[in-house]
Amino acid sequence: MGKVTGFMEYNRLTEANLPVVDRVKNYKEFVLHLSDDQAKQQGARCMDCGIPFCTSGCPVNNIIPDFNDLVYQQDWKSAIDVLHSTNNFPEFTGRICPAPCEAACTLNINADAVGIKSIEHAIIDKAWENDWVTPQVASYKTGKKVAIVGSGPAGLAAAQQLARVGHTVVVLEKNSRIGGLLRYGIPDFKMEKIHIDRRMAQMQAEGVEFRVHQHVGENVKADDLLAEFDAVVLAGGAEHPRDLPVLGRDLDGVMYAMDFLTPQNQVVAGDVVPNQVLATNKNVVVIGGGDTGSDCVGTSNRHGALSITQFELMPQPPVQEDKQLVWPNWPLKMRTSSSHEEGANRDWSITTKELIGENGKVVALKGTKVEWKDGKMLEVSGTEFTIKADLVLLAMGFVSPVEKLLKAFGVDKDNRGNAKATTEGVESYKTSKAKVFAAGDVRRGQSLVVWAIREGRQAARAVDEFLMGSSTLPR
Amino acid sequence: MASGLSKSINVNSSKPAKQGLYNPTNERDACGVGFVAHIKGKKTHDIVQKGLELLTNLTHRGATGYDPKLGDGAGLLMQMPDAFMRKEAVKLGINLPVVGQYAVGNVFLPQLPKNRQVCEVLIGKIIAEESQTLLGWRDTPVDNGNIAQAARDVEPMMRQLIIGANSIDQNTFERKLFVIRKRIEHAIRALDLQDKAAFYIPSLSSRTIVYKGMLLANEVGVYYKDLNDETLVSALALVHQRFSTNTFPAWDLAHPFRMIAHNGEINTVQGNVNWMAARHETMKSSVIGEDLEKLWPLIVDGQSDSACFDNCLELLVAGGYSLPHAMMMLIPEAWSNNSLMDQDRRAFYEYHAALMEPWDGPAAVAFTDGRMIGATLDRNGLRPARYLVTEDDLVMMASEMGVLTFPQEKIVKKWRLEPGKMLLIDMEQGRIIGDAEVKNTLATAKPYKQWLEKTRYFLSDMPKVEGGLEMAADLLDTQQAFGYTQEDIKFVLQPMVDNAEEGSGSMGNDAALPVLSVKPKLLYNYFKQLFAQVTNPPIDPIREELVMSLVTFIGPKPNLLGVDEATPPMRLEAAQPVLMLDELEQLKAIATLTQNQYKSIVLDITYPMAQGKAGMAAAVASITSAAQSAVQSGFNILILSDRNVSADRLAIPALLACSATHEYLVGAGLRTSTGLVIDTGSAREVHHFALLAGYGAEAVCPWLAFETIKHMDVKDSKEAAKKFVKAIGKGLYKVMSKMGISTYQSYCGAQIFEAIGLNSAFVNQYFTGTTTNIEGIGLDQVAEEAERLHISAFGDDPVLAKHLDAGGEYAFRVRGEEHMWTPDSIAKLQHATRTNSATTYKEYAKLINDQTRRHMTLRGLFEIKSVGSAIPLESVESAKEIVKRFATGAMSLGSISTEAHATLAIAMNRIGGKSNTGEGGEDAKRFIPVASATTMAKVIGEDVIVKDIALQAGDSMRSSIKQVASGRFGVTAEYLASADQIQIKMAQGAKPGEGGQLPGHKVSEYIAKLRFSVPGVGLISPPPHHDIYSIEDLAQLIHDLKNANPKASISVKLVAETGVGTVAAGVAKAKSDHIVIAGHDGGTGASPISSVKHAGGPWEIGLAETQQTLVLNQLRGRVVVQVDGQIKTGRDVIIGALLGADEFGFATAPLVVEGCIMMRKCHLNTCPVGVATQDPELRKRFTGQPEHVVNYFFFVAEEVRELMAAIGVAKFDDLIGRADLLDMQAGIDHWKINGLDFSKVFHLPAMPAEVSRKNNDVQDHGLVHALDNKLVALAKPALEDGKKVVLDVAISNTNRTVGTMLSNQIATRYGSAGLPDDSIHINFTGTSGQSFAAFLAKGVTFELTGEGNDYVGKGLCGGRIIIKPPVKFRGLAHENIIVGNTVMYGATTGESYFRGVAGERFCVRNSGATAVVEGVGNHGCEYMTGGTVAVLGLTGQNFAAGMSGGVAYVYDEDGLFAKRCNMSMVALEKVEAADAAIGKVQHLNQPDEVTLKALIENHAKYTGSVRASSLLADWTTSRSKFIKVMPIEYKRALTELATASAKQAA
Repeated sequence: MGKVTGFMEYNRLTEANLPVVDRVKNYKEFVLHLSDDQAKQQGARCMDCGIPFCTSGCPVNNIIPDFNDLVYQQDWKSAIDVLHSTNNFPEFTGRICPAPCEAACTLNINADAVGIKSIEHAIIDKAWENDWVTPQVASYKTGKKVAIVGSGPAGLAAAQQLARVGHTVVVLEKNSRIGGLLRYGIPDFKMEKIHIDRRMAQMQAEGVEFRVHQHVGENVKADDLLAEFDAVVLAGGAEHPRDLPVLGRDLDGVMYAMDFLTPQNQVVAGDVVPNQVLATNKNVVVIGGGDTGSDCVGTSNRHGALSITQFELMPQPPVQEDKQLVWPNWPLKMRTSSSHEEGANRDWSITTKELIGENGKVVALKGTKVEWKDGKMLEVSGTEFTIKADLVLLAMGFVSPVEKLLKAFGVDKDNRGNAKATTEGVESYKTSKAKVFAAGDVRRGQSLVVWAIREGRQAARAVDEFLMGSSTLPR
Repeated sequence: MASGLSKSINVNSSKPAKQGLYNPTNERDACGVGFVAHIKGKKTHDIVQKGLELLTNLTHRGATGYDPKLGDGAGLLMQMPDAFMRKEAVKLGINLPVVGQYAVGNVFLPQLPKNRQVCEVLIGKIIAEESQTLLGWRDTPVDNGNIAQAARDVEPMMRQLIIGANSIDQNTFERKLFVIRKRIEHAIRALDLQDKAAFYIPSLSSRTIVYKGMLLANEVGVYYKDLNDETLVSALALVHQRFSTNTFPAWDLAHPFRMIAHNGEINTVQGNVNWMAARHETMKSSVIGEDLEKLWPLIVDGQSDSACFDNCLELLVAGGYSLPHAMMMLIPEAWSNNSLMDQDRRAFYEYHAALMEPWDGPAAVAFTDGRMIGATLDRNGLRPARYLVTEDDLVMMASEMGVLTFPQEKIVKKWRLEPGKMLLIDMEQGRIIGDAEVKNTLATAKPYKQWLEKTRYFLSDMPKVEGGLEMAADLLDTQQAFGYTQEDIKFVLQPMVDNAEEGSGSMGNDAALPVLSVKPKLLYNYFKQLFAQVTNPPIDPIREELVMSLVTFIGPKPNLLGVDEATPPMRLEAAQPVLMLDELEQLKAIATLTQNQYKSIVLDITYPMAQGKAGMAAAVASITSAAQSAVQSGFNILILSDRNVSADRLAIPALLACSATHEYLVGAGLRTSTGLVIDTGSAREVHHFALLAGYGAEAVCPWLAFETIKHMDVKDSKEAAKKFVKAIGKGLYKVMSKMGISTYQSYCGAQIFEAIGLNSAFVNQYFTGTTTNIEGIGLDQVAEEAERLHISAFGDDPVLAKHLDAGGEYAFRVRGEEHMWTPDSIAKLQHATRTNSATTYKEYAKLINDQTRRHMTLRGLFEIKSVGSAIPLESVESAKEIVKRFATGAMSLGSISTEAHATLAIAMNRIGGKSNTGEGGEDAKRFIPVASATTMAKVIGEDVIVKDIALQAGDSMRSSIKQVASGRFGVTAEYLASADQIQIKMAQGAKPGEGGQLPGHKVSEYIAKLRFSVPGVGLISPPPHHDIYSIEDLAQLIHDLKNANPKASISVKLVAETGVGTVAAGVAKAKSDHIVIAGHDGGTGASPISSVKHAGGPWEIGLAETQQTLVLNQLRGRVVVQVDGQIKTGRDVIIGALLGADEFGFATAPLVVEGCIMMRKCHLNTCPVGVATQDPELRKRFTGQPEHVVNYFFFVAEEVRELMAAIGVAKFDDLIGRADLLDMQAGIDHWKINGLDFSKVFHLPAMPAEVSRKNNDVQDHGLVHALDNKLVALAKPALEDGKKVVLDVAISNTNRTVGTMLSNQIATRYGSAGLPDDSIHINFTGTSGQSFAAFLAKGVTFELTGEGNDYVGKGLCGGRIIIKPPVKFRGLAHENIIVGNTVMYGATTGESYFRGVAGERFCVRNSGATAVVEGVGNHGCEYMTGGTVAVLGLTGQNFAAGMSGGVAYVYDEDGLFAKRCNMSMVALEKVEAADAAIGKVQHLNQPDEVTLKALIENHAKYTGSVRASSLLADWTTSRSKFIKVMPIEYKRALTELATASAKQAA
C-alpha cells in the first residue's frame, strides 16, 4: 500500500500543462505526464483502503490501489499488467476520462483525491515507451467469426477481448478511419490519434481485421453480416445529436458541434476537407456546457476566434459539492476544463430564444435567463439579451443511436431509442435479434469512453459464452 | 438415560437429551476442593467432621439452579472406616475378613426394583468370574428429606457392595477391584436400562470410600447418615463442591472420583481421550497382564473431563506407577523453557513426555489412594490451593483459607500450592514430602537422563540431507491449485516474512461465510477455532511463554504401561512442528540417519485429475489403507505429500487426508505405532497449521509457502522462511493458548474446532467428534471445490494468466469475495442518516437484507413467517420504545477518538439506548448531563477535543454501560458507580481468547491519563481476566461489581461458539443479570487476521444455543440476552429477537454513520476520517454528529416496526424466542448452500408454557447478607459529616467482597477524590473472604489481623490495606502466606502493606497503587503500567512480564532474582543512594532510596513487620541488596518528559 502516512505528507499533484500561449498554436497534446518521482509520490498518497471506493467508482473497475502501490514501488512493468487486466486502453482513459475514480477516492472526502488518472497516464505512457505493450495472440483459434459494427471504444474493446480468446474478429467502420468518436469527436489536443493507431497495430497483430467504409444499412446489409458471422456486436455509438428547435436554426453558421470538430480532426490527420468551417475571427457561441462544448471552445481558440461564449441551460453548479451528501458518487460541480482556461465566457441558466440572421447567416443570438423550480424551467422576465454570434455550435448532447443501424438489424429499442439489452445475467448484452449483441452508447446512450470500454469487455464475455458455452473472459 | 421430553412429566427430573443446539457434552464445571488429613495417619471421626465443615464453608464456590435447594453436587472421600464397617457387617450377618482383605463399594442403583435386581445379579456374576467373593449388600441409610424435588426424582437407590479378597495381597486385590468395576460398568451400560436414576459406582476399594451425590455442600453429612456415626473414622477427608453450568440433576457427576477431586478444566480432554483409545493395540502391562483387555473401553463417552482423568489415573496406578509418578506424567510442570529446573527432573519430564501428552488446563487436583494424599497444580497455577500444617499433625488444603479454623498458635506453616508443584502427605511414612523431594526421588529412581541421551534424536542435530523442491507444475499454477490469492501474499505471508509474526487487521469480518461463498474455498475455512471463555482461562503465550512448548515427537509412542521395560524406546524430537524443506528431506532419509530405528514412507495424496471429483472418496480410502499397510509392514513415520500436484493430478485437501489417516489409524489401534507428517502446498496461514495439528499431524512441511516466499520481494529468502516458521510458531502458541492449552503435544489431535457448513456424514467419517450444527457440504462438494480450483489454475483464464486471484477476504475487492459493507451500502447508509432520508435508508437495508443473490450470512438465508395476517403499522409498538433495546458496541476511547466515542454516547442517551465505554475508562467530566446548550470541547476541555460538537440541554456524554475487561484500564469505584450496566468482557468477537492491544501511537496523553498509564507506551490487556479462571471466579467478580454498584445490572459478554449456551447457563447461575452473545464477525481496532477470520461462530447459532439452553435450564427469565455482531438492519434485529434476544448491540454500523469507511487501518492510527485514530490532525476530519446516529437507530426501529406489522406482531416482547417463525428461505439454489439445515437453530425446547422464554425476572444477588451493610451504617458519621470512624469487626471467609459497597457510597458522594485519609478505619480480625477491600476508596483504611484470600485489593482506588498475621501465629511472616492470588489486580491508586507472602500474580495490571509485601509467587507485577511495589522477600518466576510502567523494588535475598525476572520489557538497576540520584530521571520525582525507605518504614509502622525492621536496622547493606525493576518504556517516557519540561523551563 503506497506509504502508510503518505496521504498526510504529500499533496495531490496535477499534471503540468504547456502554457496556454504555446499550446493554442497547434493541436498537439499539452498535458505532460508525471515524472517517475512525481508518480511515486502520488502513488504514496494512496491509502490502500479496506474498501477501495475508487475501484467501484471506476466503470472498468481498475484495480487502482494495486497499481498505485506498484508505481510507489516503481515496479512499472507490473503496474501496466494490473492496469491492462481491467482496461484495454488506458492511454485513452488516462487522457480523457473525467475520472469518477477520483471522485470516489476516500481522500476526496476531506482532502484532495489521489491523482489516479495522472498515474494511469504515466503508467501507460511508460509502457509504450518501453515496448511493454505487445500483441497477445490467442494460443488457438475457435473458428468462430464475430463482426463488430463500430470502431469506437466499445467496439475496439470487444474486438480485442474476443480476438484474444481465439475468435476471428472483424471490425466494421463507416468512416475512413478506425476509432469512432475517439478519432473524430475528440480533438487531437486532448488525445493525439497515434494512440489509436498504435492500438490498431497491436490488435491487427492479435488478428483483428478492420474494414472501413462499411456503413451498415447503407452499403452493407445486415443479413449479409448475419450470414457471414456467428455473432454481431453493435457498437455504433449514439451519434444522433440533440437539436435546438428555435427560430433561426436553419441559418448558415448554426451547426452541430460534431460537424465543426470532426473536420478539424480530419485536417490534423492530413485529410483534405473542403469547406471546413473555421471559427477564425468569429464571435463563437457554444450552446451546451458539457465536454463537447468544451472541445468546441478549445478548437475555436485554436482557430483564432474573436470571442467565445458558452451557454448552459442548467444553473451554475456549486464550486464545491457537499461531499458529506455526495461522496463517493460523481458530484455535480463547477468544472473548468483546460479549454476554458484557454479563454471563453461562460454563463449558466441560459436558454436560447432565437437565432438572428442576416442574409441567411447567423449574426446574433437572443437568449434569456431561466430559473428551475421543482424540475421545471421558467424564463426570468426582463433578462432577455442579445449577443453577437457568427458561429453557433450546438453541443447539447446526443439523444440516440443512428436509427438506420438498429433498423437494419431490426433490433428492439428501449424507450430512449437505444438498442434494448440488459447488462446482467445470462441474457446480458443480447438484443432482441438472435446472435446480435449491443454494447456502448448504442445500448446505454451517450456516455463516457470508460463506460464504452466496460461494455465492450462485458459484451465480449457475453459473446464468448454464447459462442463457446462458457468463458474465461473477465466481466 | 435421557428420555424424550413431554409435558406430562416434570421436565427437570432428568437430563435432557441432545436436542437442537443443546449438547450435554458441552457441560462444564468448576468448584471448591479441599482436604483434611492427619500426617501420621491417625484416624478419627473428627477428621470426617472437619471435612464436612470444610465443605460447608466452601458453599459459596458452588451454585444453585432455578431451585435454591438444587445444588450441583458435593461429596467426601475417606479411608475405609473398618470399625464402622465391621459393626455394620455384624448387623447384616456378614463376617468381614481382616482389613485390606475386603472392599466396600458405594453403588448408585436404579430406582426400579427389577432393574436393580438385574444389576445385582450381574454384579454377583462378575465378582465370581473374577474369583472374588461377594460378601453381601448393605442399604446405605440416607435422609433425602431436604433435597430438591428434582434431585429426588432421579435419586438412585444407595447400597453398599461388600467384596472379600480371595487370598491375594491388597495391591493385587485393588487391581482386581478395578477390573471388576470396569467389567460391571461395561456390562450394565450394555443393558441400556431405562431408569430415571443412573447406575454408577462412586467407589469400590479396600482402601477408600466415596460418599457423594446431587447435594448442596452442607447436605452431604445430612443425607448420608453414616457420616455422623462416631465410629466412622478416617485419617483423611477429601471433599469437593461442584459448580456446574447446567441445572440438570446428575448424581454421578459429583466429585470426588475414585482417586481425585478436581477443580478446573481439562482443555485437551478430547485429544487425551482419543490418544488413550489409540494406544489400545500397543498397550501392554506386565502388572495387569491379561486383565488389561477387560478394561477397554477405558474411557467411555459422555463423561466429564475429571472423570476421564480419573479413569486414566486409575490405569496408570494399576499399571504400576506410583500415585505421584502418575500425577507428574498427567500434569507435568512446565519444563521445556524452565532454565531453573535441575537436569534430572527435566530429564524425567522429557522422558515421560513421549509416553503421555499432558492433560492440560487449569487444575487443582487433590488425589489419594487411601495411603497417601496430595494435591498438585497445573503448570500455570491457574486455580487457587492454600494449605496449612498444625503442630498436631493436621494438614488442611483448600481452595481458600478460612474454611476451617485452627488455633493460630498451633499452626506451623501457611503456604500455597505453587504452579506445577505437588504437596504430598505419606501417611504410612507419617510425613509431608515436599515437592522437591517427591520429584527428585522419582527423577533419580531411574537413569532417565542417560536413557534420553541414548535414545533421543533431535531433528536439528542430524546431518543435513541434500535435496531440493521439485514441483510438477509452474509456481503460479501450483499456487492457484492450492487456492493462493494475492491476499495470501499481501496480508498473510508478507507480514510474517517481514516481522516474524502474523499480520493484524481491523473492523472484523463482513465477508461471506465459506459455505455461502460462491468462490471455491479451502476445506480449512470451514473450521472455526474454539476458545476458552469463563470455564477456563486462555493463556498469554508471550508474557507467559515459560509454560508454553512447541516440542513435538515424531514417530511411534512408547508403551504407556511399559513402566518396567528395560530398553527404553527411541524418540525423535523436533523443537517445533513446522518443518523446513531440508528437515523433510531428513525425515525421508531417516532410516539411514538412525540406522533403521525409524523408517519413513511418503504417501502421495494426489490422484489423477481424470478421475475428477468422483475419485476423491476412493483416493482417501486408498491413502488410509496404504497408511495401514505401511505401518503394519514396519514403517513408523508416514509422510503424506501433495507435491505431485500438476495439471493431471489433483490433491486431496491435506486436512482431509491428515484427519482421515489419523482417525483411521486411531480406530485400527495403530496410531501410536507411527508418526504422521504432512507435506503440503496448501498450508500457509496459522489456522492451517493449527488444524493439521488439531487433527493429528505431528509436523507439517509447507513446501509451497517456502517456494512462494522465495519468489517474494524479500532480501534474504532463507531468513524470510525462518521468520515465516517463527511466525507460524507464535501463531500456534496463540491458537493453543486461547483454548488454554500450553503444549503442542497435547494440542496435537485435540480437535479444538467446530465445523460450520460441513455435513454430519462427512464430519462423522473424517473428523469424528467435531461439532457441526448446520450441516452443509459433504465430500462431493469438497471435491468439487478442489476440482474447480484445479481447473481454474491449470485452465486458460486470462485473469489468472499472470496474477493470482484477487481474493477479497480481508479487504473488499471488485470480483473478490462478497462483503456486506460495500461502497454502495456505506454510501447509502451515510447519505440516509446525514439527510434523514428514510428512502435512502431503505435502499441501504435492501442491499444488506436481500441475500437472494449475494449470500453472506446465515440470517440472509432465513425467511420470516407470519403469525397471522398483517396488522396496521399504528398498532405496532412505537419506535421510541424499540430503540431502548439498542446499545452501541464496546469500542474503547483509545481505539476510537474522543469525538467519535462521545458522539455515540450522546446519541444513545438521547434515544434512551445504551452506549458502551469499552475497555479504557471514561473521563469523569462526562458523567453529568449538561444543563444547557454547550459544546463537547467546553465540557471535556478545549485541549482534548479537536473537532467540537454541539450539545443540547440535557445531553449526556456518559456511557451507561461501563466495561470491565481484563486490562481493567480506568476501572475505579467512581467509574463503576457511574454505570447503569457493568459489562464483563469475557471475550471479543474479533479475537476471542486473546487480549486487546492498544498500540503505543494511540496512547495519547489524554488516553494515558484515563487509563493510568504512560503516554506513547502500548497497552496490553491480558488474554484472561486474572480473577476469572473458572465459573465460580466469574460469580465472584459479578458479586464484586454488584457491590461496587448495587443499582447497575451486571452483564457478561460471551462470543458464539459451540457450547456457548452451556457457558451462558453457568453465567446465569453465577448471577449475571445480562448476557451478551457476540458473533465471531464483530469489529475491532486490531486483531491478528487469523483470529478475525477463524475464531468463533455466527451469532445466529450461538444465540439460538443460548436461548435453548437457558430455557431448558429454566434460567432464561432471570437474564436479559443481548446479541451483537454485524447487526445492521431492522431485519437483523427481528431475526435476533426470534432466536432469543431481548436487546441488540450495534457497533460497525453506527461507526459507519459517524463517517467510518471501512479503511481497516484502525491499528495504524491513520484513520482518514478521524474515527479510529488519536492523531489530532486526522481527528479534525471527523464529521459524525449525534443526530446522524439517532436517525440511524430510528430507521432501524421503523424497519423493525414495518416487519412486525407485516407478520402480525404488535409487541416486541412477543417476538422473543419465536424461532418457530423462521425458516430457510425458499428458492435459493446453490450447490454449496443446498445442504444447509437450520432445524437445530430453529428448534424450540419442549418446556411447559410457564417457563420463561424472555427476560421477566431478576437475579437475587444476596447483597442483604453483605457485611458492608453494617459497615455503611456504622460509617455514616464519616460518610455524611466527615467525622472519623474507627470500627472493630470480625470477619470470615464467607464475608466476600468487603468494603466495596462502602466505597460505592464514597464514590457516589465524593467521586474519586474520596474522603480525607483514614476517615474510616476498620480493624478486622479473622480470615477475610475473596475480594477483600475490592475497589476500596480513598479515605478508608482496612487493617486486618489474620489473613486474606484471593483478590485482596482488587481495583484498589485510594484506600489503604494493612494485613498482618495474628499475634499468636508463630511462623516467620516472610515464610508464610498472608494473602492469596491476584492481589491488587487492576489497582489504580491507594496503598497496601502485607506482612507475609502473597500468591501468584501479585499486583497484576497495577496502574498506580503502592504495595509492600514480604514475598510473591509467579508472575509478580505482570502487565503493570504504574505504581510502586516493594517486595521484601523472594519472588516466583516471570516477575515483571509485560510490565511497561511503574517501578518494583525487590530484595534479592538469594542473588538469583535476575533469573526469575522476565527481562523482555524491563531493566534491572541498583537502588542508588539518595544523593547519587539527584539530577537523574526519577520515579515519583524523588530518589528511589527515599521512596523505598519510606515504604519500608510505613510497612514496619503499620504491620509491625520484623523483616522491615531488620532491613531498616542495617539500611545501607539492605539497600544494596535491593534491585530496582525499571520498565524500559517507562524510563524512555520519563526521560522524554524530563527533556520536555527542561525545554519548557529554558
